[in-house]
Amino acid sequence: MTVLDERPPAFQDVAEPRVIDPGLPTADRTFRGVVRVIGLFVLLLTSAIGIFLGLQAVPTLQKYGLSFFTETQWEPRSNTVGIAAVFVGTIEVALVALAVGFPLALLTALFISEYAPPRLKSSLVSLVDLMAAVPSIIYGLWGFMVLQPHAIHLSRWLATYLGWIPIFHVDTDATSASWQQSSFTASAFIAGLAVSLMVIPLACAVMRGVFALAPLGEREAAFALGSTRWGMVRAVVLPFGRGGIIGGTMLALGRALGETIAVLLIISPTFDIKWNILSVGTNTFSALIAGRFGEATATQLSALLTAGFILFAMTIAINTVAAIFVNRSRSGAATEI
Amino acid sequence: MAISPSLESITEPTPLDAAAGASHGATLEADSITAWFGSNRVLDRVSLTMPSRTVTALIGPSGCGKSTFLRILNRMHEQVPAAKLAGEVRLNGDDIYSPGHRITDTRRRIGMVFQKPNPFPTMSIAENVTAGLKLTGTRISRGDRDDLVERSLRRAGIWDEVKDRLDALGGALSGGQQQRLCIARSLAVDPDVLLMDEPCSALDPTSTRRVEQTIEELRDDVTIVIVTHNMQQAFRVSQQCAFFLAEQGTPGVIIESGRTEDIFGSPTDPRTEDYVNGRFG
Repeated sequence: MTVLDERPPAFQDVAEPRVIDPGLPTADRTFRGVVRVIGLFVLLLTSAIGIFLGLQAVPTLQKYGLSFFTETQWEPRSNTVGIAAVFVGTIEVALVALAVGFPLALLTALFISEYAPPRLKSSLVSLVDLMAAVPSIIYGLWGFMVLQPHAIHLSRWLATYLGWIPIFHVDTDATSASWQQSSFTASAFIAGLAVSLMVIPLACAVMRGVFALAPLGEREAAFALGSTRWGMVRAVVLPFGRGGIIGGTMLALGRALGETIAVLLIISPTFDIKWNILSVGTNTFSALIAGRFGEATATQLSALLTAGFILFAMTIAINTVAAIFVNRSRSGAATEI
Repeated sequence: MAISPSLESITEPTPLDAAAGASHGATLEADSITAWFGSNRVLDRVSLTMPSRTVTALIGPSGCGKSTFLRILNRMHEQVPAAKLAGEVRLNGDDIYSPGHRITDTRRRIGMVFQKPNPFPTMSIAENVTAGLKLTGTRISRGDRDDLVERSLRRAGIWDEVKDRLDALGGALSGGQQQRLCIARSLAVDPDVLLMDEPCSALDPTSTRRVEQTIEELRDDVTIVIVTHNMQQAFRVSQQCAFFLAEQGTPGVIIESGRTEDIFGSPTDPRTEDYVNGRFG
């Protein structure tokens, strides 16, 4: 026998929540479906690349084991293959690019968002974006033909006056009248200079975007206290934009690690771990792969792909950290009441 | 454009001026201020004297140019691109727009409290109070700084509520406390004039009462000009009142100004009477 609950419906016990039909119009359903498929496809593609590289890496890693990470030489014919040298070279080139690119990107972003006259702003933004549109082969050629002959003088100056710092040391007499110019060419430093030009627009765009979001209320508060513009930038814009500065720099680092063709054109490949960035010769993951890919046998190809997998993992990790920083910044969150 | 008869009374010294005696604060005079945004004229030859030891309330319906007028008084108007103005603003007789007056000095002497509380969220309560010194490059010893923090927070009527957590972030306070922190921050640079742009419009009644008390306590040291949409507030806090109006696409003007009890009790212009009695706006 069923017991009738005589309380009004609102007070009756509910066993399960009611199923509610979202009642979406067909247009919304269709659009949602299309967007979902495309979004998943992109995710799938990225994962597929990672999985492909990972699978390719298995036989190589099985064959060489840990020595793949400690060996500096890359001589598949004599069965010695390792990424220690290219790992160091890649980091060196990327760090030089950041050391030069970071201050330039930061100051350019500050100038565009805080100091440039409103009329000039949009032209400056497109000009910086245009830097990103220049193909990297152009930067490579420019770096090799135009930049290098001049940059070696800077290298020599650094080696002469800061040569006591190990990274600036060069094994030649930099002070002699007829100096060996070839000791300074094709170095990690010069490759890094060329790469810095490629990462500036990326870092600059991220930083500028975050600076522009610094709340007007806080800017005006600073000005109303008698602040100079620089004081306002330090008190409001930079603290607000910290996440964007870090995130933009990390994205730039990710880009710098993977840059290939410009580096390949400039460097002369060596396979030694070198800490002196000014002297001739270095190597990076991507330059190694691009340089050896054409004549590789199946085993060598697998080894190159393993190097690619490691580069892939490095950039994914860096970009993830960058994304976390950008999202964590106060962007858009003004003072809450 | 009809100039209301009461306009003449503006430039005459009010009785309050005489009562002030030895001056605390400063007298601010706006002389024939006209303002534009682009080619759009929003104020037309507005003149008003804001004497020391007096709270001046600017009232009027939205869009009549009160806030623009207020922002002209400490050169915040020119922050807006395409904003222009004519006329003079004199602080103790000196035109703040004349060449040779540094904009940063002017803004330090004429402080501003905004409609929405805007403490610096990454700074502590104490750092917020001394932010003006840091921003203007004024050095201060550690002991003096602690004194200044306490004195400013006391003047803003918030010391007792925050004295145990001066290192907490300014953004963690309630809206009313944030606004009083902003008042303390403005007071810490020792301004002669404090401009307040609807300082209580985002606050609850209790916080509003607290801010009004603060205004009352500050009146003797600082000349205060306050924009408000709340007639009761204007009546409660001010000694002098100016009624702004912009009729049908014409720029804003002051219809009537004078002692607050006169504006509310026996206005000479019927439009003023309608407005203060809540019949429009």
